Amino acid sequence: MRIVRQKDFVTGLLYIALGVAFAVASYGYRMGTASRMGPGYFPFWLGVLLAAIGVMVLWGSLRLHAEPEKLQRWAVRPMLIILASVFIFGAMLETLGLVLSLIVLIVGSSLASPEFTWRSTIINTVALIVFAVVVFVYSLSLQFPVWPTFIAG
Amino acid sequence: MELFDNLMLGFANALTFQNLLYAFFGCVLGTLIGVLPGLGPLATISMLLPFTFGLEPLSALIMLSGIYYGAAYGGSTTAILVNLPGETSSVVTVLDGYQMARQGRAGVALSTAALGSFFAGCVGTLILAAFAKPLTQFAFKFGPAEYFSLMTMGLVGAVALASGPLLKAIGMIVLGLLLGLVGTDVASGVMRFTFGLPQLWEGIDFIVIAVGVFAFSEIISSLESKEIRETFTEKVTNLRPTREDFKRMIPSVLRGSAIGSAVGVLPGAGLSLASFFAYSLEKKVSKTPERFGKGAIEGVAGPEAANNAAAQTAFVPTLTLGIPGSATMALMLGAMIVHNIQPGPQVMTSNPSLFWGLIASMWIGNLMLVILNLPLVGIWVKLLTVPFKVLYPAILMFCCIGVYSVQNSVFDVFLAAVFGFFGYGLKKLDCEPAPLMLGFVLGPMIEENFRRAMVLSKGDFSVFVSRPISAVLLAVTAALIIAVALPNIRNRREEAFQEG
Repeated sequence: MRIVRQKDFVTGLLYIALGVAFAVASYGYRMGTASRMGPGYFPFWLGVLLAAIGVMVLWGSLRLHAEPEKLQRWAVRPMLIILASVFIFGAMLETLGLVLSLIVLIVGSSLASPEFTWRSTIINTVALIVFAVVVFVYSLSLQFPVWPTFIAG
Repeated sequence: MELFDNLMLGFANALTFQNLLYAFFGCVLGTLIGVLPGLGPLATISMLLPFTFGLEPLSALIMLSGIYYGAAYGGSTTAILVNLPGETSSVVTVLDGYQMARQGRAGVALSTAALGSFFAGCVGTLILAAFAKPLTQFAFKFGPAEYFSLMTMGLVGAVALASGPLLKAIGMIVLGLLLGLVGTDVASGVMRFTFGLPQLWEGIDFIVIAVGVFAFSEIISSLESKEIRETFTEKVTNLRPTREDFKRMIPSVLRGSAIGSAVGVLPGAGLSLASFFAYSLEKKVSKTPERFGKGAIEGVAGPEAANNAAAQTAFVPTLTLGIPGSATMALMLGAMIVHNIQPGPQVMTSNPSLFWGLIASMWIGNLMLVILNLPLVGIWVKLLTVPFKVLYPAILMFCCIGVYSVQNSVFDVFLAAVFGFFGYGLKKLDCEPAPLMLGFVLGPMIEENFRRAMVLSKGDFSVFVSRPISAVLLAVTAALIIAVALPNIRNRREEAFQEG
């Protein structure tokens, strides 16, 4: 047995894993009967369906005459930088305020670009923060702390 | 003349100074972001949605439809000037539009797209207005069993008619349905799949998933592709089509509008299908098919008209039945639910000013786009020269602030990042995230209707096939699956998409 279509193979495994996880979790809720369904009934069968689809996708990936297809490499560095910037933004926002969090978000995420330069990043950061404060804080009056809470009180 | 009265009511509500201003802002913002390569309408809409939540329902919907059309139109601009389809529906616009741009006729291509879209938009709006009433009346006959079957058909139809492997796409729908069930079960009050997190009691917000799987993962993918594209930014001067151009484009626009309106109404059929159909039709009826792919104006006019007409009539199932036909419509539906409007047949009777106001605002949005785009095309073109490294931090900022401001919840920002990771992984596996979004929005509704139908039938599953309307809908669903699964048709479907 050779894995001809690697992407489908992994997709199949993913569907099976998620389907089984949802089905098992649903089994913990009351199932009820077909006429009086409990909270577990519908998601349980959806989970089973997802796992079944996973099996079919997996099976299809093993056919020899299928066109071979390899897994693609992940762009790990930009992905980690972008997601980490978003995470840190979220972690900082409510205590350290919008301005500092945006500096981290914008400078941090800019590092992911292969064409990163400090000059343009700093200009971009300043421009976006001014924009955010004017539009989101003053015009749309969205609710968030602009400055760190221990300074602004 | 009831139609006329209704439309008047709509215009009376939509034509306030404030609403016009929101329509204007929506169009500007939508076009602004839609023009940016690598950010399709789905990402644009998910990113801007949260900022409309604070408005009055009608104003919010008007602004949203402005964003929707703006994003779609911006995508065509990018297709023509950068040879980069922002979305599947502008894939065919690229073929001849970009060639026209290379021949120094970018301006003509852009104005053809704008005028064609505007005309088709008017036709689509009229059809939507005319169809809304009878369809709503028909929908009142629907019980839970019919709704369940209709949603199943919509979901399966959405993936059967799109490109890509059917089985994987159905898997994505099911996963979306499951994610939609996270949170408190309305019928029993049980918390499902919340991992004990109180932030998940109300379920996952649709903005969180949309921003994660569309915006974040698109940014990450764009960062890894190093392809440099030729952009025509200098040559956009002459916007006026010649007499010859008009002669060629008018019949194409008419045909495109007709096809688009018809295809758009089908629950599940996307805009891309409309533009593919229109393109192949134009090629078939043309006396000089060899010009296609080399800058034929018909190849821009027909598909652009079709896709805009379909963009209008796609609202028919969404507004009258409450069932979105595409991921974009799912986002619009989600936005209506945020404003406490449960789309469905009752909206038209319970809130006619909103319903007809929205329809009128679609037409206003279309008009706004033409007024905005033709004179301002120079500005949009300039925007294309802004390097991506400057743009994506700005997009991230919009996304993060937007996600946070929906419920003032940092947790949502974290969750969006998690979905960004998940969405990027799905992309690497060639799994389309759009069906996931569609399933997610319909998840709770489909479960509720399934349960109700089963209660009414006292646990008898045959209720879905013994009621005639439901049986027909399920038969169509089955036929769609079989049709796509048969190797013969499958090959032809793949060919059609490749040709397009």
